[in-house]
Amino acid sequence: MIPASYFFLLSVILFVLGIIAFFLKRDLITQLMSVEIMLNAANLAFLALAKSSNFLDAQVIVFFIITVAAAEAAIGLAIIMLIFRQKKSIKTEDMRSMKG
Amino acid sequence: MAEIFWLIPFVPAASALVLVLFGRRLPKRYVSFQACGAVFVSFGLAAFSFLGLLNASPEHGPLIKTLFSWIGVGAFKAGFSFQFDPLSAIMALVVTGVGFLIHIYSVGYMSQDKGYARYFAHLNLFTFAMLVLVLASNMVLMFVGWEGVGLCSYLLIGFWFEKPSAAKAGMKAFIVNRIGDAGFVLGILFLVMTVGSSEFSAIEAAIGNGLLSQGLATLIAILLFIGACGKSAQLPLHVWLPDAMEGPTPVSALIHAATMVTAGVYMVARLNVLYTFSGTVGPIVALVGALTAVFAATMALVQNDIKRVLAYSTISQLGYMFIGCGVGAYAAGIFHLYTHAFFKSLLFLAAGSVIHALSGEQDMRRMGGLKKYLPWTYPVFLVGAVAIAGVPFLSGFFSKDAILTQAFGQRQYVIWVLGLAGAVMTAFYMFRLIFLTFYGGERLDPEAKKHLHESPKVMTVPLAILAFFSITAGYVGLPAVLGKKADVFGRFLEPVIKPAAEGHLGLGTEWFLILISVVVAFLGIFIAHAFYLKKPGIPHGLVARFPRFYKLLYNKYYVDEIYDGAVVNPLITGSEWIYGHFDLKVIDGTVNSSASAAGFFGKILSYLQTGLVKDYALIFLLGIVIFIGVLLF
Amino acid sequence: MMILLFFVLSVICVGSVLGMIISKNQAYSALFLVLAFSCLGGLFGILGAPFMAVVQIIIYAGAIMVLFIFVIMMINLRKGISPERKKWTLAVSAVIAVVLLAELVFAVLGASPMPETAASASGTSPTDIGRLLFTKYLYPFEITSVLIISALVGAIVLVKKREKE
Repeated sequence: MIPASYFFLLSVILFVLGIIAFFLKRDLITQLMSVEIMLNAANLAFLALAKSSNFLDAQVIVFFIITVAAAEAAIGLAIIMLIFRQKKSIKTEDMRSMKG
Repeated sequence: MAEIFWLIPFVPAASALVLVLFGRRLPKRYVSFQACGAVFVSFGLAAFSFLGLLNASPEHGPLIKTLFSWIGVGAFKAGFSFQFDPLSAIMALVVTGVGFLIHIYSVGYMSQDKGYARYFAHLNLFTFAMLVLVLASNMVLMFVGWEGVGLCSYLLIGFWFEKPSAAKAGMKAFIVNRIGDAGFVLGILFLVMTVGSSEFSAIEAAIGNGLLSQGLATLIAILLFIGACGKSAQLPLHVWLPDAMEGPTPVSALIHAATMVTAGVYMVARLNVLYTFSGTVGPIVALVGALTAVFAATMALVQNDIKRVLAYSTISQLGYMFIGCGVGAYAAGIFHLYTHAFFKSLLFLAAGSVIHALSGEQDMRRMGGLKKYLPWTYPVFLVGAVAIAGVPFLSGFFSKDAILTQAFGQRQYVIWVLGLAGAVMTAFYMFRLIFLTFYGGERLDPEAKKHLHESPKVMTVPLAILAFFSITAGYVGLPAVLGKKADVFGRFLEPVIKPAAEGHLGLGTEWFLILISVVVAFLGIFIAHAFYLKKPGIPHGLVARFPRFYKLLYNKYYVDEIYDGAVVNPLITGSEWIYGHFDLKVIDGTVNSSASAAGFFGKILSYLQTGLVKDYALIFLLGIVIFIGVLLF
Repeated sequence: MMILLFFVLSVICVGSVLGMIISKNQAYSALFLVLAFSCLGGLFGILGAPFMAVVQIIIYAGAIMVLFIFVIMMINLRKGISPERKKWTLAVSAVIAVVLLAELVFAVLGASPMPETAASASGTSPTDIGRLLFTKYLYPFEITSVLIISALVGAIVLVKKREKE
């Protein structure tokens, strides 16, 4: 009964919000969190698709996305730990060694 | 039996390759053995094939062997194919035979030189190229040999390349040759355009069935003749030959007397059908030959360097060969080529022997009275001089007489007179050389006199052999007065050289002409004898009375200076101007500015690399936005 | 009824994401995100995917966000880090975000009309998903398990303190 386009619109809004969060924030952890937001927005879109076209495979895709996002978050956080140990800071402005 | 003839060029080629790659590491004795042996084997093959040719029936036409089809571009095909017929047989025998003797001589002459292996490598390479030239069955392959001998000439003239004069002489030879070659290539181009192929048989067929018009034939003949002028040092492209004397003397003997310079004559004789058909080009060739003959002879009268006299003499004698071809007596021209190979290489090698004996002295003003010190060199030198002067019963007499008689017979009286004038001068300057070198008081440098010695056997034996042939080689081409059958040489060449309209001279006229030739020869010798033996004051007196004329002759008519001023220096100045304005500014400028432009853009783009991942992500995003936009709309 | 639920959940979701953006304290941001994910879980349920809803809540809200909170606590910043203040970057990001939003909305609205979601939230059972996973998507499934193991090992190796130094 709920038109699928509502879900898609919500997904779009969440995605753009995630992007804004990525560019607005200046510390690494919150940036990683905004990436998770974007992934979830995509998940929402996929499920809406699954429901509206009766296409069950989309749910399987969502399953995989969640799994991979978990693995990626773990590794990302491990890297952030390492960076913090080295530079004693998680501000992105301090990660400039690739300049030039 | 003659089928193996195609191997003839490849034996020296293989030897050259080995010497080029390994020559320096091989012992000298082996190098000599291999180099001379290769040419000897070639000579053997040539003789063998020649015998086969003699036994074969003449109707067969030339023996053609195609090794592989070499060029095939659209309709133009040229095969790597060789041809064996009387003309190429004679040329191959001369090249390998005389070449072999000169190789042996070089073993002695160059024995102290550090570039020994390199010398023989070049000499073998030259032999290969020359054989390709004379055995080729089409113009394109002949041109390959043509260029090859030009290259080897450059390499050998500039053999002692540390001497700047030698290096310059080598370059001069190559460049002047190149100018002639431009004409040659144009000639080949026109030929291929009209006939469709450059095979000699195709050319003859095209003339036979009218594919080639007379005007076009004339154009092609003239263009090819320009190439011949460059290669055979005729006016106005003769300037490289005297300078080529910077090379070792055996090189002068082989390349600039017996073989390479005769390539032009060979080419004209090979295309005799073309030249006869054209009609108008014959007199031009004869005139150029005659003028060159006289012109060069006048310069030889006053030269003091023994090799320069011989060089001008060569130019002059080549002129005679072209006279022969020009008046339609191609066989006579080739006959003179053949006899000239013997006596001119003899003269050069003997001169080399004199130079060797005097530890490098080449100026005749510092020679004299050498007769008693050089018991082997003097007699053979004399034989050579007598032969070239045209004294009866030696080879030069028969060949030169054949040419002049034919010229008279074709009513080319001007040419005939010029030829006679040249003959007087030839006899004169040759005997001037003999008298200045071997007779009279000794003007030797004391140092040279101390080391004065006769040359070793390895040098004198080839001299003796060449002297023998200088005497006897003429007997295969006896004049027609002694009967039609006497001209064995001419009849042998008949399948290849279609005789032009023969001028019929009465028997009396022919004997009369022979008599004039003999008188002229002895006149020259007599005058030389008078000037240099009887009254040595006469030459100096003449110089004093005609100083400007003498200077003109001595400075070679200032031709080199004219060329320098009119052609060479403007070209150099022009090139430098272009270099400064175009090469440096435009070409280098373009390259440099494209490099700096790249650097400039790189610098601008580097502002994007802030090092912040966020900024990079921004650009990603920008890209995605644009991409989606494009997809949507 | 469903529509009401949908609107409530979506408002809370968007609101908590906004809260996450605005808050300076990272711990608060993380907690806001937990709320957002839970709402998303609810939304998944409305979309008739109960299995995915539960997985979302257990894994995303339960495990991943807990990881984040652990790391935040270990990094232990006294003061929060304020969001970006440079005007230039703000402006550009805002512009791009708006453009993107416009494009995507346009895409969604302009797409061919999709059939409405089925009236009954009959939901797909885990059995169906499981069947798909083990037949058609067997390879990705197995590879994903390898991926998880490697992430596990990787994370441990990365963070392990070196003994020698």
